Amino acid sequence: MDELVRIVPYFGTHNPKVARAIVLALILVAPILALGIGPAWVRILDFALLYVMLAVGLNLVVGFAGLLDLGYIAFYAVGAYTWAFLASPHFGVHLPFWIVLPLGAGFAALAGVILGFPVLRLRGDYLAIVTLGFGEIVRIFMNNLNHPINITNGPQGINMLDSLHIFGWDVSRRIVITDSFSINSLLLYYYVFLAFVTLSVILVQRLQVSRIGRAWAAIRDDDLAAKAVGINVRNCKLLAFAMGATFGGVAGGLFGAFQGFVSPESFSLMESIIVLAMVVFGGMGNIGGVIIGALLLSWLPEVLRSYAVPMQTALFGQVLLDPEILRMLVYALALIFMMLLRPSGLMPAHSRYSRPDLVLANKRVGP
Amino acid sequence: METLLQQIINGLVVGSMYALVALGYTMVYGILGLINFAHGDILMIGALVALQAITFAQHTWPHLGALPTLAFGLVVAVPVSMLMGYVIERAAYRRLRNAPRLAPLITAIGVSFLLQTIAMIVWGRNYYSFPQLISTTPLQPVKGVYIAPVQIVILIVSAVLMAALIVLVNKTRIGRAMRATAENHRIASLMGVDANAIISLTFVIGSGLAAIAGVMIASNYGIAHSTMGTLPGLKAFTAAVLGGIGNLGGAMLGGILLGLVESIGAGYIEQFSFGFFNSSYQDIFAFVILGVVLVFRPTGLLGERVADRA
Repeated sequence: MDELVRIVPYFGTHNPKVARAIVLALILVAPILALGIGPAWVRILDFALLYVMLAVGLNLVVGFAGLLDLGYIAFYAVGAYTWAFLASPHFGVHLPFWIVLPLGAGFAALAGVILGFPVLRLRGDYLAIVTLGFGEIVRIFMNNLNHPINITNGPQGINMLDSLHIFGWDVSRRIVITDSFSINSLLLYYYVFLAFVTLSVILVQRLQVSRIGRAWAAIRDDDLAAKAVGINVRNCKLLAFAMGATFGGVAGGLFGAFQGFVSPESFSLMESIIVLAMVVFGGMGNIGGVIIGALLLSWLPEVLRSYAVPMQTALFGQVLLDPEILRMLVYALALIFMMLLRPSGLMPAHSRYSRPDLVLANKRVGP
Repeated sequence: METLLQQIINGLVVGSMYALVALGYTMVYGILGLINFAHGDILMIGALVALQAITFAQHTWPHLGALPTLAFGLVVAVPVSMLMGYVIERAAYRRLRNAPRLAPLITAIGVSFLLQTIAMIVWGRNYYSFPQLISTTPLQPVKGVYIAPVQIVILIVSAVLMAALIVLVNKTRIGRAMRATAENHRIASLMGVDANAIISLTFVIGSGLAAIAGVMIASNYGIAHSTMGTLPGLKAFTAAVLGGIGNLGGAMLGGILLGLVESIGAGYIEQFSFGFFNSSYQDIFAFVILGVVLVFRPTGLLGERVADRA
């Protein structure tokens, strides 16, 4: 929150209270403004929130603990498929969200531990490739487990997933207040997702300044030294994997409920890299930066998508770059240029983060 | 028995292609300690450029004959890929040589993504059928065992290229400079080796081999598209790790072994899992092997013990 407040022009540095109010108002009003442009933009915001959650979770693994995970989307898939198995006509099971979401998170965490256990001894770059392999294995299973017993329904995916019901209230149904005034379900999803994201962010922030968070930072900076001061490096790394996976799992469940449809296609290597791009772009290890990175990188391609096509037809009379390609271009360039020009991201993690006690006291270290 | 023999032949063919690509990974890793994630995409660029050149040749000189046309494709594709490798090293990796280990890896992922995007811009997302200039009609040397002429050519060409590379690295002055740079590029440059030039050269050679492998893969399967490089790239990396990354012989051994495991595994998995798994799980072998090797023997089969941190 504080990081977000600081980037508000003028007020951010001069009057933090006003800036805080502006940020809050913006967060709350954003979907209504977006609805003014068109429902598609609210949908984009909803997805942006899911990406924020993923990015915050991946940041925990990559930014805090320094473990580059290229198969992160597998945990998202585990969450989404848990939802698909336990809340859809596919197996005829319809459990409520307060059972399915925690289960999804639990399974994802379990997957994180299963992956983490053997690979944590590996050096950084090897770890990255093995996690990538893990992601691919999960995807291959999703694609092929429709035979001889149909579990995942293969490449077709599973559809007609239950929507989110919170204590009997169906989020996917618009609330009709009067005949002329009703609240769009996309807006409702936005606020539900917002609640989840807020919760995750608070959780992660508390984690970062906790004993565990400090242990992660120590491992990231030098795991030999961390071991020497008595940190159980293996368990801490496992915990990072499991915790990061949990966020992925919850986001996956929400994705399943929101989309109403899951298929292996949504969980390709490219998605993992997109989330990584968000984390890197915003600033590894800095929660505020990561949120901004996720919002910008999920929003920018969509803006390009809606402006690029008309602009190209106007300029060249035909569409030279289709929007999907533009989207990839944005992510690729974000990764390359961020690493070359500003390796610590848009909003770098301050060195004071290695002194969490001072963060708590809200003091600045150094000049 | 015929099935086994057939799978061994298939495995050797696929494995020798993996080996060619794995050499590029292993050379770069040996010198820079960098996993050049974009290597697989250079393979793809090579194949697509060759396709373009071959199509051009077929239109302009229709009477050229199959082999010269293919040769023309290679003559265009290999230098283009080499140039690509050079530019990538120069623009994206050189500045990050002393950065933390993860920075160049993330850049490499970005470059890989960028190459795919560029390919999509130029060639679109279509699957192109790659002209099969060398016959793919299988011969039957032993009853029940098939091998296509294109596969024989692949085996011979990769063997020749690997032999040439070994001679280059072990017997020539340039090779000695390469080995010295891999050992320690600071000290190598004190001894008068132009380390930067050697690193560029490594990328150039690796990219050239990747382009040839790309043309082989495209000819073998008769298809080329903008994401064709990802999977062979990952598998070749697995092969390099399996053999011991940084070790040329290891990359070749790893490539061949991986090819064999994959095709024999795919041939028999259905039988061994009582029909639960089938050959669509073929791609899993590479990743499982990668995981197992890294966990139990991170230095690979032929790799020497290297220190954990520099």
